[in-house]
Amino acid sequence: MADEAIVNASGTDTPAVHDSVGVDEGVRRRDFINIAAVSFAGVGGLAVLVPLVSQMAPSADVLAESSTEIDISQIAPGQAIKAVFRKQPVFVRNLNPTEIGEAEKVDVASLRDPQTLEERTKPGKKNWLITMGVCTHLGCVPLGAGEGEVKGEFGGYFCPCHGSVYDTAARIRKGPAPKNLEVPPYEFTSDTVVKIG
Amino acid sequence: MSFPWANEYKPSHPLMQWLDEKLPLPRFVYNAVGAGYPVPRNLNYWWNFGILAGVCLMLQIVTGVVLAMHYAANQGVAFDSVEHIMRDVNWGWMLRYAHANGASAFFVVVYIHIFRGFFFSSYKAPREMIWLLGVTIFLLMMATAFMGYVLPWGQMSFWGAKVITGLFSAIPVVGEPLQQWLLGGFAPDNAALNRFFSLHFLLPFVILGVVILHIWALHIPGSSNPTGVEVKTESDTVPFHPYYTAKDGFGLGVFAILYCTLLFFLPNALGHPDNYIQANPLSTPAHIVPEWYFWPFYAILRAFTADFFFIPAKLMGVLAMFSAILVWFFLPWLDTSPVRSGHYRPLFRKFFYLLVIDVLVLGYCGGSPAETKYVLISQIAATYYFLHFLVILPIVASIEKPAPLPFSITEAVLGKDDQTAPAA
Repeated sequence: MADEAIVNASGTDTPAVHDSVGVDEGVRRRDFINIAAVSFAGVGGLAVLVPLVSQMAPSADVLAESSTEIDISQIAPGQAIKAVFRKQPVFVRNLNPTEIGEAEKVDVASLRDPQTLEERTKPGKKNWLITMGVCTHLGCVPLGAGEGEVKGEFGGYFCPCHGSVYDTAARIRKGPAPKNLEVPPYEFTSDTVVKIG
Repeated sequence: MSFPWANEYKPSHPLMQWLDEKLPLPRFVYNAVGAGYPVPRNLNYWWNFGILAGVCLMLQIVTGVVLAMHYAANQGVAFDSVEHIMRDVNWGWMLRYAHANGASAFFVVVYIHIFRGFFFSSYKAPREMIWLLGVTIFLLMMATAFMGYVLPWGQMSFWGAKVITGLFSAIPVVGEPLQQWLLGGFAPDNAALNRFFSLHFLLPFVILGVVILHIWALHIPGSSNPTGVEVKTESDTVPFHPYYTAKDGFGLGVFAILYCTLLFFLPNALGHPDNYIQANPLSTPAHIVPEWYFWPFYAILRAFTADFFFIPAKLMGVLAMFSAILVWFFLPWLDTSPVRSGHYRPLFRKFFYLLVIDVLVLGYCGGSPAETKYVLISQIAATYYFLHFLVILPIVASIEKPAPLPFSITEAVLGKDDQTAPAA
């Protein structure tokens, strides 16, 4: 019984099994019908998976929360704030001249994820460093944006979870994180307002 | 399926005879865990832990189903609903502590069960399938425990969810879309909480299904035993009931004492105070660690701090962490020694104890903050961990001279076996 079921399910009927039917060699009508039916049902079955898989992806309301406006007029040089974009923290940092200097004197080629401060800021707004506050290692919020928080040995951000250290351009300098803190898409809608997303 | 001398189920009551014809369920139980299942006569207390794991699973399912009647999987109210269970629901505090500590008890029991398997090489032929199913159960348990820990929606819940799903973002190209697909958003939120609740409810029943396969596969060759010598004759076995039902019952009593001590006197000893703070997506706790049962694997994850050839450190850590468990799947083919029991393998035994120490060291480092010295120790211990399975075991199997094995289980127990007389 079991053997017969396996042979039928795999669709590889051998003439030996069906000797009694008196088959000749070559493809029979029944083989064609078997393969066509199983293929058709298979494609239909796979199509059912599409909604089942797709329902897991971010829903429309989650995707709709994808832009945030931030007033940056109150952030003094050397200060930073945390804002929220897509339910994740964003660091908006007004770099002071020392920090800009430190970021610029680094040999870019020596970095794990080589980028200059210019590439990470908008033209003429080099002091405004806007990055996601999400460590590129496993997603913790690095310290350094809040008042009195540890900034790590490169004066930028320090992630307490697994010890990643970022510099004043939020570039990865030490620890397990592979990339610099992500710069989200944003634009200055005026001198004091930034629209993220 | 069983030894030829197994007792046969003979119902005497007409009702049971009627039932046996229509649905032989009592016969099935009799042959599986009753007098109809002959078991080696020399099983020691290390063999109690399979039954104990089954008891833990049932405990978790019963308390879990009850807790689900009071819990609300919505990020706005989840934290409060857990406090509601703790303060307002009748006996809610006990049910929740029983469930949370039940998870720890389950892992203690299963780790002992696994290391029993390591020492007595329970994974060797003809029992490879039992072992493979067992490792599968362990992986399912880890997934279930992780998702359960997210449900109270405290700080550790939230950041645990973020870090663990962050592991998937290490996969090249598809990593980040995959993480968003798993979470249903850009960070853990209502979508993630809801699906974790759904899966946390589902997976224990999947585990139950695999446990049934595990026991089914066990009943084909029968239980292994501390000598590693296969059953030869009837004098090597005793019926499961009453001999091992009694022995397992005693073990269960000891387990219950320890479990109740934890439950009623130290209910928060294994938890983290930070999880009594509601989830805050803008602030990571200073010291995030997973629950104790994940510590050894967490230490391996953190041991990779520098890029390894062309593989980034982050991906390497994730690969190593998963490999640390996946390597168990290959154990039946890595340990090629024909002798099963560690009692007759002097060299293997030393390395077994080293492995135990190594895993304890990894566990300690995994629970410590990410400071240089702990990372360094983790790196050494993680290297040794993989050396043990991939290098030491195959080498030991080929160079070791095992101690002489007893002729049979009976001889090991009684010092003589009538069967050995002609040979001697």
